[in-house]
Parts: sequence; structure tokens; C-alpha cells
Amino acid sequence: MNRFWAWLALAGGMIYFVLPLLGMTEFSLKMRRGVYSFDAYARVLADPKFQETFTYSVVMALVTILFGVLLVVPTAYWVRLKLPRLRPYIEFITLLPLVIPAIVIVFGYIRLYNTSSWLPLTGSVFGTNALLMFGYSTLSLPYMYRAVDTGLRTIDVSTLTEAAQSLGAGWITILSRIILPNVLVAVLSGAFVTLAIVLGEFTMAALLNRPAFGPYMQLLGANRAYEPAALAVIAFAITWGCMALIQIVSRFAPKAPVNPH
Amino acid sequence: MTTQTPTASKTIMSRLPLNWLGVAPFALFVTLFLFLPTMNIVIGAFQNPAGEFTLANIQGLNTPSIISAYWISIKISLASALLGCLVGFSVAAAVTLGGLPKWIRSPLLTFSGVASNFAGVPLAFAFLATLGPIGLVTVFLRTQIGIDLRSLGFNLLSFWGLTVTYLFFQIPLMILIITPALDGLKREWREAASILGASGFQYWRLVAFPILFPSLLGTLALLFANSFGAVATAIALTGSSLNIVPILLFAQIRGDVLGDPHLGYALAFGMIVVTGIANTIYIWLRARSERWLK
Amino acid sequence: MSDPFLLIQNVRKAYGDVTVVKDFSLEVEQGEFVSFLGPSGCGKTTMLRIVAGFEVPSAGSVVIGGKDVTSLKPNQRNIGMVFQSYALFPNMTVGQNIGFGLKVAGVPKAEAAARVDEMLQLISLPQLGDRYPYQLSGGQQQRVALARAMAGKPQVLLLDEPLSALDAKVRVSLRDEIRAIQKALGITTIFVTHDQEEALSMSDRIVVMHGGMAEQVGTPYEIYNKPTSKFVAGFVGTLNVLDGTVTDPATGAVRIGDDNVVMKQSLNGAKAGDTLSLALRPEAISLGKQPGRDASIGGTISEVSFLGSVIRVRVGLGKDAVSLDTFNNPAKPPPKVGEKTEISFSSADLLVLH
Repeated sequence: MNRFWAWLALAGGMIYFVLPLLGMTEFSLKMRRGVYSFDAYARVLADPKFQETFTYSVVMALVTILFGVLLVVPTAYWVRLKLPRLRPYIEFITLLPLVIPAIVIVFGYIRLYNTSSWLPLTGSVFGTNALLMFGYSTLSLPYMYRAVDTGLRTIDVSTLTEAAQSLGAGWITILSRIILPNVLVAVLSGAFVTLAIVLGEFTMAALLNRPAFGPYMQLLGANRAYEPAALAVIAFAITWGCMALIQIVSRFAPKAPVNPH
Repeated sequence: MTTQTPTASKTIMSRLPLNWLGVAPFALFVTLFLFLPTMNIVIGAFQNPAGEFTLANIQGLNTPSIISAYWISIKISLASALLGCLVGFSVAAAVTLGGLPKWIRSPLLTFSGVASNFAGVPLAFAFLATLGPIGLVTVFLRTQIGIDLRSLGFNLLSFWGLTVTYLFFQIPLMILIITPALDGLKREWREAASILGASGFQYWRLVAFPILFPSLLGTLALLFANSFGAVATAIALTGSSLNIVPILLFAQIRGDVLGDPHLGYALAFGMIVVTGIANTIYIWLRARSERWLK
Repeated sequence: MSDPFLLIQNVRKAYGDVTVVKDFSLEVEQGEFVSFLGPSGCGKTTMLRIVAGFEVPSAGSVVIGGKDVTSLKPNQRNIGMVFQSYALFPNMTVGQNIGFGLKVAGVPKAEAAARVDEMLQLISLPQLGDRYPYQLSGGQQQRVALARAMAGKPQVLLLDEPLSALDAKVRVSLRDEIRAIQKALGITTIFVTHDQEEALSMSDRIVVMHGGMAEQVGTPYEIYNKPTSKFVAGFVGTLNVLDGTVTDPATGAVRIGDDNVVMKQSLNGAKAGDTLSLALRPEAISLGKQPGRDASIGGTISEVSFLGSVIRVRVGLGKDAVSLDTFNNPAKPPPKVGEKTEISFSSADLLVLH
């Protein structure tokens, strides 16, 4: 009886989750009257705007990932090594972006870093891009930090550090040659989540007026019928790709030490 | 180590700032791009254009349209968080605690990872293509079965429409967060309860649920904030036709739709207050329920 | 003899093609303390879980107090159980944990509270009723788990390796305490362990399990001194296994190394020239000739380990070697490796293994 309800729940869930995916796929193929075709996809992929915004977002994502790694790995490492009592506080801070809505954060950016402020980031294209990148880093902070911190848990940070120090390694060498390779898998899974977040992000890019993929999708959605569905399919495929990469990468992860009891 | 000679405390003193220096980049980053912007909004909510202290902005929120925007937002967030918790919990429980075969677990978690990240604009498109006026399900029900969703009062651009859409990322998020917590329930607890004479229901009521309660609450608060701040899905789904807080704020930031720029700060401040209250309730309940935790 | 209180009849348990318990039968008297002893994977825990009702046997039955409980759920059996990992409910105080069974059974509050106090006294932790499990040491937690298992006055108490997660010192003291409580309450108990010392010191009877079967059932004395199989002899205590060649079946003469020993035990119809597996406990052997030991074999000392009060000496006898223990004597230097020596023992202690 229990099993029956479990299967029923699963079946209901499947229907709920499959139908929208089916709906968008079917819709995306209906552009040509009467037959299924890939016209909508061809139209989207040929759109120079699509290529531009997609490239922009991918580049932004890569820069965000780079910045995130440089910020998070040393911090998480240092906290584990030297300031373990700070860990709960840091963890709390890294979770804040999940609680404070992104729209509020970006509103603060606009007000704090406008052209007449002490740090007029929004005054130049480069500055605005940098601001957006910091915004993306904030949004991905919870995922990046958790991933890296979990990765650090599986290695003995202090022993590795002492061993490296006894061999004469400096901090930069320790971080880049010892710690980073050991948490690479964790860093990569954080990176793919970041990629998925940045590619789909709408609010920050729209309010900072940057030509990113999210606002482009929204714009297309407001003006076209079939192309948005094709875009949704593409976006879903990208998200799935990111998650699949995490899965593949984590197969190579070192397993956490098993407790004897 | 425990006996502190003067020299030892001296080295600690001189080493301390150096240790703290290691987290300085992080501190600088969160200050500049998390704390200051948020504080700025909070302060701005209590300032008039001349920079003087005022409560007028907060009072300005007290208009029927803004109040109703908050109210709908809170209702949608609460509904999608509660339903997401309930459904996500049932699915996760079915998979981790038996009932369903083990091989389902891994694909389910992978799919949850994808679906919880598949939010924003494309999600709205997917639901429009399914439940929108000419969506797959709508058309199928109308032409094949003769049920007109619209005449039954269902509209994607409504409370239930948005809730149903948000559930697409809420349920998977719940599954992702609660599965490890369910894994943490030891088999021995269930067995100990059972051999002491407890029924399955008694085990859940007296042991499993109290142990899971903090995680459940935390996830509920997170899901609430997650849908309360969701802008992209709402805008892509409804344009600006639905009067909810994130859309209102978005429009206000884009161009001054409220006729008073400082009302925007008050609006954003209100959002912080709402998610803040949700999390305070969570922390308070957690502290009450977690006396048994280290 | 009255009817056995706990009766396990021809129980078999298989998971797919793997049979974990093969045709296991056992009778336990009321108030008896019986240990299931064996290496991991021998089926002892599975057998215990079948008695508890967590596993349903593929065949056979379990009868408690004259009632067939084979098809009953664990919560209908009135059994107490203590787990290796304590399994205390972390969200409840010590008192609430002990009172859990009474609460779900609907025992009136005042009565339950009195019983909880009584149990706290029994495990000598009367002042800890309001603590949470995380505030207790491992030994205290396991005592609370014992009190929780006993609070409902179960018919049978099952202990699943309750001591193996604890440190050596706590283990020994808790061992005595469990046995004392068990005796005081006269509760029929099954104790699962892989530790022979625990089994020997606590049990009325021991069931040595191997490959899903009861290899030997007997009192600790019987199990240790009269093992009936090579497995039991090897698993319980340290054992020297020697090859002996039968030289004269009529007198029972067997050649070990370069010497002959006349066996007291029957040779099971072995013929001259046959090789027998013989077992000898280290404590049954002495170094050099000793009065009252009728057998002796010459050998060479191959290893000497100083263990404190005891010196363990290994003596090579042809292709075999035996270990033996001698007490440390400060007045006498220990034997040296390479020395020629002689070991002596009573031929009655030399066992033929099957």
C-alpha cells in the first residue's frame, strides 16, 4: 500500500515536471504551420542578437567563475586553517544572498555606485560590467562557498599545509599547487552552477542595462511566439549540460574519509 | 598550550592581525557588494531626497495597490513554499526511506539539480507553452476533452498560475536540501522505536519529525525567500500585468512609476523586512527546537 | 527441565542466492544469558534481527514464552534491544528516552515517571535524567540505552555488539554492569559479539557461529577447553595447531617434530601414517620438563616477546611452531632465541581437531 502511494506520488511529480518540458519542446517545433520543424531554432540561432548576448553572458560567467575561485578558495582555506571559529559566521554571510532578493542588492548597487557617487562604477561600460560581475559573484557565493568548503573537508588542510611548508613552499605555492588541485572537483561543480546561474540571470543584467542573455530572452518573449519556446529548450539543455558536467566531474572526486564506526 | 606566559600572549597578539588579514579580501567583497548596498537601501528608506530622516517613505507604502502587491507576493511565496516543502518532502521520503527502488535516487537528484536551476525567463516560456492560452495542455483539454481552463477560472497570470510555475523550482530545491537530512535519520532510531512498541506513525511524530524539524523550517524559510524575490519568472510570465512586489520594484527602478523615487527604497526595504521576518521566525523556532543539538 | 523460554527452530534466511543463516536451531532457558559469537558475516547479527522481528526468516520459526512470534512485527513482540551505536533519540532527554516505550504503550504519566526513576537508579545515573544524549559519554549513553530497553519489562533482551563502540576500559566495566543487571532482573538475554573475551566472561552459554550455522553450543568452559572443531578452537582463544603423524593407532602414539606423544583422546579411527590436526593451548604448555606433565617434545626457541608480566615464547618443533606463555621472573633472564629447549604438557590437553 505504501509502495503504491510512493509510485503514485512519483508519477504525479513526473507528469508535473515533464509536461512543461514537453509543452515548450512541442511549441518550439510548431513555427511552420501544420508540420513540426526546427524553424524557430534556426531563427534564434541566426539572430545576431542571440549570438552577441550569449557570448557576452558566457564571457561574464567565465570571469565570474575566475573571480569567485580567487575569492572563495583562499578564504575558505584560510578560515579552515587559521580561523575555524569564524566558520559559522562566514557560512551565514555566504547564505545571505539566498535571503536578500537579488533585486534589492542590485538596487543598492545602482544607488551606491552611480555616476555621482564615490565609486562611479556605472559611469563606464567597463565599470558596469565589473559591477555586474561582482553582482553575479554575490549570487553564486552560496553555491561556490559550499562546494569549496565541502571539498576542503575531504582533505586534511593543516597537515598538507605543514608538509608543504616544511618543504619550503610559500602561501601562493601552497594554494595553487597543493590546495587548488585537491579541491578542483569541488571548484568545478561550483563553477558549473555559477555558469548556469549567470546564463539565466535576468534581474541584475536588465537593471544595469547590460546586453546579457537573460534580458534578451525576456525581450524575445515579449515580442515573439515560437522563438521563446526554442530558447527555453536551449536554456534547459544548457542547464542540463552544466549539471551533467558536475556529475561527471564529481565521479573523480576524492571520497570523504569514512568513519570507522 | 593552556598556560599563557607573557611571551606566548605577545606572539598571539602580534599574529592575530595577520590571521585576520587572510579573510580581508572576502570581508571587503561582502562589505562592498552585499552589506553596503543593502544598508544603503535600508537607510534610503528612512531619508527624504534632501537626506533628512523621515518616516514618510514607509508611510507611503500604505496605499491599497502596494499593500495588495505585498499581500499577493506573500501569499504566492507562502503557498509555493509550503506546497514545495510538502511535495518535495514526500518525494524525497519515498526515495530515501523505501517505497521506491534505489536506482531512482540518482536520476531524481540530478533532475532536481537541473530543475531547481531552471528558473527565470525560460521557465516562464515553458509554462506559457504548456498552460498558456495556446499551450499544449490548455489546447489538449479544450479540444480533446472539452474542458476550458480559462472558463474554470485558471489563468497563468494569477495567484495559482504563478504558484504552479514557481513549484517547478521549489519542489526540486526542497528535494535537494531535504534528502541529506533524511539520509541522516539513522535506521537504528526507527528500529529502536519499533522494538519499543511504537507504530510507524508514532515514530514519525515523536522521533523523525522533531529531528527533521529544524531542516524543514530552514528550507521553508529559504523557499519562501526564493519565490518572494523571484523577478525574472514573474516578469517573463506576466509582463507587468500582475501586481506583485518584485515587479513593482523592478518597474520603479527602471522608471519612476510611483512618482516618488524614495518610495522605491521603502518598497525594497519592505522586501528585506519580509524575508528577514521569515528568517527570524525560522531562527527563533530553530533555537527553541534545537536544545538537543550541540 | 521445563519448556525452553525462547525457541528458535530450523531458521533459514536467504537474500536472493546468498544464504546468511542456514538451519539454525537453539533453545534458551528463562533467565539465561546466551552469546552469539563469531566473525563478521557469520550470520549472528542476522539471527538476532530475526528474533527482534526486523528480518523475516525464509524458513523456520521463533517462539517466545510458548507463543509463535515469527510473523509478528517488532513492535508487537515485547522485546528490548540495545544497539551498537546506542541509537538514543537525540531530540529527547535521557528520561524521555527511557520512558519512550512506556509513553507509546500509554502507561499513565506518574507510573511511567516512577519507572524511569527506577531505571535511572538501576544504571546508577539518577541525576542525569534531564540531560540530552550528546551531553553523555559513550558508556553513559549505552547504559541509558540499556535502561530504555528494560523499562518496558521485556520478555527477552537483545544486545547487538553493545560494547564495541566503547573504549577498552569502559567496555570491561560495562560488561560487568550489564551482566549484574541481567542477573538481578533475571531477563532472558541474547548477546551478539565478535569478541571472545566478552562472550567467555559474560555468558551462561555461547553459540559459536560460522558460515550461518551454529558451529558449537556450550558453556564458556566447554567452548574454550573442548572445542569440537578447528574453527571454534582457532576463533576462541589463541591456539597452536600442529600436524602429527600417527605411528601406532593401537596405543595412540603420534609423532610431532622428532618426538612421540601418546594421545589420551581417541584418534577417530586414524591409521598409521595418517596426518592429524592437533591443538594445544599456549597456557597448557610449559618450557622445560615439569612434574605432572607426561609429554615432552624437543625444539628450538625461535621468538621471544616480552609482554610485561608474561613472556610469550615461540618454539619451533620441526616444521611447526608453538607459542607458550611463561610468567616473567625478575630473578631469571628470559630464554634466548636459538637455544635448544624442550616443551612439556599434559597429553590430555592435546586435542584432535576435526
